[in-house]
Amino acid sequence: MSDPKTETVELNGFPCRVWSKGNGPKLGFLAGLGGLPRWIPFLDELAKSRTVIAPSLPGYPGALGHTALDTHLDWVLAVRELLEKSGLTGADLVGASVGGSFAAEMAAIFPGQVKRLALIAPFGLYDDTDPAADPWAQRRDNVAGLMCADPARWQALVAQPEGANSIEWPIEMVRAAEAAARAFWPLGDTGLAKRLRLIEAPTLLLWGEKDAVLPPSYARKFAAGIKGRTRVETVADAGHLAYLDRPDAVANAVLAHLA
Amino acid sequence: MKLMWFHLMPYTELPDDFNKKHPSVWVDIHSSLFDPRRAHHMYNDFMDELEYAAEVGFDAVCVNEHHSNGYGLMPSPNLIASSLARRTTDTALCVMGNSLALYNPPTRVAEEFAMIDCISGGRLIAGFPVGSPMDTCYAYGQNPSLLRERYYEAHDLVKKAWTEKDTFAFSGRFNQQRYVNIWPRPIQNDPHPPIWIPGGGSVETWRWCAEMDYVYCYLSYYGYKAGLTTMQGFWNEMAKLGKDRNPYRAGFLQFVGVAESRQQALDLYTEPAEYFYGRCLHVDARFALPPGYTTEATQRAGIEGMMTKAANLANPATKAALKATNMKDIVDGGYVIIGSPDEVVEQIRHVASSLNVGHLMLLLQYGNMSKDTTKYNTRLFAEKVMPKVKDLFSDWEDKWWPKPMAKGQRAAVPAYRPPVDANNSVAAE
Repeated sequence: MSDPKTETVELNGFPCRVWSKGNGPKLGFLAGLGGLPRWIPFLDELAKSRTVIAPSLPGYPGALGHTALDTHLDWVLAVRELLEKSGLTGADLVGASVGGSFAAEMAAIFPGQVKRLALIAPFGLYDDTDPAADPWAQRRDNVAGLMCADPARWQALVAQPEGANSIEWPIEMVRAAEAAARAFWPLGDTGLAKRLRLIEAPTLLLWGEKDAVLPPSYARKFAAGIKGRTRVETVADAGHLAYLDRPDAVANAVLAHLA
Repeated sequence: MKLMWFHLMPYTELPDDFNKKHPSVWVDIHSSLFDPRRAHHMYNDFMDELEYAAEVGFDAVCVNEHHSNGYGLMPSPNLIASSLARRTTDTALCVMGNSLALYNPPTRVAEEFAMIDCISGGRLIAGFPVGSPMDTCYAYGQNPSLLRERYYEAHDLVKKAWTEKDTFAFSGRFNQQRYVNIWPRPIQNDPHPPIWIPGGGSVETWRWCAEMDYVYCYLSYYGYKAGLTTMQGFWNEMAKLGKDRNPYRAGFLQFVGVAESRQQALDLYTEPAEYFYGRCLHVDARFALPPGYTTEATQRAGIEGMMTKAANLANPATKAALKATNMKDIVDGGYVIIGSPDEVVEQIRHVASSLNVGHLMLLLQYGNMSKDTTKYNTRLFAEKVMPKVKDLFSDWEDKWWPKPMAKGQRAAVPAYRPPVDANNSVAAE
């Protein structure tokens, strides 16, 4: 697995890391809870046939600046600017979990920004009758099992690499959780339900069948709300961050949708 | 020194198997455990106890704010304080305090505190805690990543509302108000009621208290031995900032049980202490650390090992290594000071001197302690301990104490008289 290319763009005066790899038409990826503390096999799969570009949202690993974003409008405008500065205007966009919510917002509010959309268990809705779990009120040893069907996948994502700063690394991991909380506390509901009807891009909804954070019923709510063509697929043996549990299966489904 | 009588108002009838059957005393404690008819008696007992403490000569009575909490039945301490304003005469009223970011708009705090100050003739101490994660982020749904910024802005707004003479517009990051002009205004207007800040062990809070000239209070439930590191850190920071060691810059919370002898104290206070440290501090760890609540500077200091203990100790959900729930460990750990009056005198003098704390907030009721025992503890402390510790720090001026109206100018507060006319009483069911 070769290293991705790393660039840094500035957003509201803060640096944001943009990773890219591969050849072919551009494909943007906005990661889920925890962000991308390291490059992951899922992105390598996509990079086999596409130029994968993964910008880090403010506060997630590789990026700062969540502290400058107070409102949902602040966040939405920041994500749009970040996509532009990453060269992703008009490209296909994949978003997962918290990043999936922003990918959906882009397609809804700035339709020219997104060609085709793939959402992996996106945040943004909350249903009283089928409540989502609270990712920010968990005992420490429960987190891995909440994020992935195979807890080892999450642990591998956040494990401190050899040579990393042992003080700053854990702070970065907490910062990623804070950035997510800043935009989605307390219920994950950003009012996105009202804007789904504005999404015209063809949309794939992928859901880990063992998602312990967002119930699979949310996939149907997204599908029913989105104006464009939608397709819902369940990923077997995968949890909330299905792209960590089943990198090949999720990448194949995404690439098939974008073909 | 100042001896202040603090009440947490714990629900006194949590079942014996509470810890086994229930995950947390806080946030999602089950409503079936709360019997409002029993709470009627608890509230009235607790308020009797606070009034009694004032009567026997404590310098202040203290109340605080908690939400969805089985050991703290005061979502609104202001309600209790306003009642105390009418039932006490010279005692300071320490509301410790109102979590500023929870009030929308925060001028509500400026108003209610001004009311208490007016009703009491200028006896209010205004406490401004950020609030615990359980109270603010979970029970009240506040965003942990925005909480502190909201808190500081609310502080600026409240202070300006107290001191600005003309109606003003406030255009903050989180609060916009076109017309800020609170009525009533506090009696203590030179420049405002004393502001005290209960906090954990973060350097930022110490610096802020020094800059604003506020009293810093370390309200841990784990006593003077565990609090020593934090208070030393505080005084070291004051020295660095060029501030004097005036002990009245600080407040500290300490549990005490006094009786005729040490054995009698153990007999009386073991059950309530074990009830408190066992059941009342049974907080689910999942409510300990909402991301963003702890600043990165404090996290960094924690990982570097400087402040871990202090930060953890201030937060009952993390508890650190301190999990003592039996009386021997509770006493050995210094969580609760017990003994005969002379033994307690010696320990209190040691606590005050070693921590250099001029405002000692005493918990003389804790857990399921009955009203009789509480009054006994309170009276014995007032009669036999207080006179022998009051002299401490007499060289220092307490610049952070309320400055009430002169006694002769204050309203005579009528004592309560039960109605004699049956028609005036509230009909029973």
